[in-house]
Amino acid sequence: MVSNIRSGLSAAWPICLGYFPIGLSLGVLAQKGGFVPWQMAAMSILVFAGGSQFIAVAMIGGGASPLAIVTTTFMINLRHLLMSSALSLHFPGVSRRFLSLFAYGLTDESFAVNMTRFNQGNWSRYSGLTLNHAANTTWIVSSVAGVYLGQLVPPGAAGVDFALTGMFICLLVFQLRSAIFIFTAVIAAAAALLAYLWLPGNAYVVVASCLAATIGLIMKRHMRKRGSAYE
Amino acid sequence: MSDRDFLLLMLAMGTVTYLPRMLPLVLLSRRTLPGWFAEWLELIPVAILSALIAPTLFAHSDPRLFTLGKVELLAALPTLLCALKTRSLAGTVIVGMFCYWVLGLMIPR
Repeated sequence: MVSNIRSGLSAAWPICLGYFPIGLSLGVLAQKGGFVPWQMAAMSILVFAGGSQFIAVAMIGGGASPLAIVTTTFMINLRHLLMSSALSLHFPGVSRRFLSLFAYGLTDESFAVNMTRFNQGNWSRYSGLTLNHAANTTWIVSSVAGVYLGQLVPPGAAGVDFALTGMFICLLVFQLRSAIFIFTAVIAAAAALLAYLWLPGNAYVVVASCLAATIGLIMKRHMRKRGSAYE
Repeated sequence: MSDRDFLLLMLAMGTVTYLPRMLPLVLLSRRTLPGWFAEWLELIPVAILSALIAPTLFAHSDPRLFTLGKVELLAALPTLLCALKTRSLAGTVIVGMFCYWVLGLMIPR
């Protein structure tokens, strides 16, 4: 158990490194929008979703209706339906209680790291849970710290803004297990870019990944029928 | 907004965030998925990662415009090479941050 926790923590550091400046800037914005520390803490604990928290802070500051805020949050986080479905392959017959706890910490970043580690093998669900909560703790602490610190932190120090992008690039490389995965990644990138330019919000993530996975699957089945070895 | 209203709003936001994260995990992990669906789900992670990265590298965010001139894209090349060569997450993140930082100093935005 101790070694599971240790491996979870050591896998979590790029996420924590990336979350820290983002959480800080969220706190700074929230403080300007009239949030007090306990409100920031309540939001980061109860919601724990970066993108929608930024938008909610702006909407609350701008006096938007609660219904509009909740609807927006729902739309932004719908992409987690896909991630949760994909992760379910790695939890056959695991208790509902564990899964309910695990699901709380499901973010883009924890999904990406957990999925990669599960595929590599040598990764237990307890390591995954540790990773989720390390990321969550970092998020709560940094966003509340942001409320206290205000504008003291210089933006863009030492390239931390690139930490999550760098991590995603590396995890993408880990996922490229055969030609069909590369093919799917290229389609997804092109589709995401087009959808990003033409669709509002972050619908591009769901639209592009569903489309690319579908085209990838069709391609894979087609190649299997023709007996290709590139699968 | 009163403290009570604020907490209620957070609870509502938390609920609509949590349910999409929880329901598929709890409902799907207990049954055998049809073959095509499991194969489709296997391709989802690579597709999501690629979809998350692409606009960061190839588009400005406000307004949303295609571009090939972002520091992120330049920094992504050595980052990608490092990931392919070393297959080390830690090393890649550090190399990426360093390149992004140095390129940002050299190329004023």
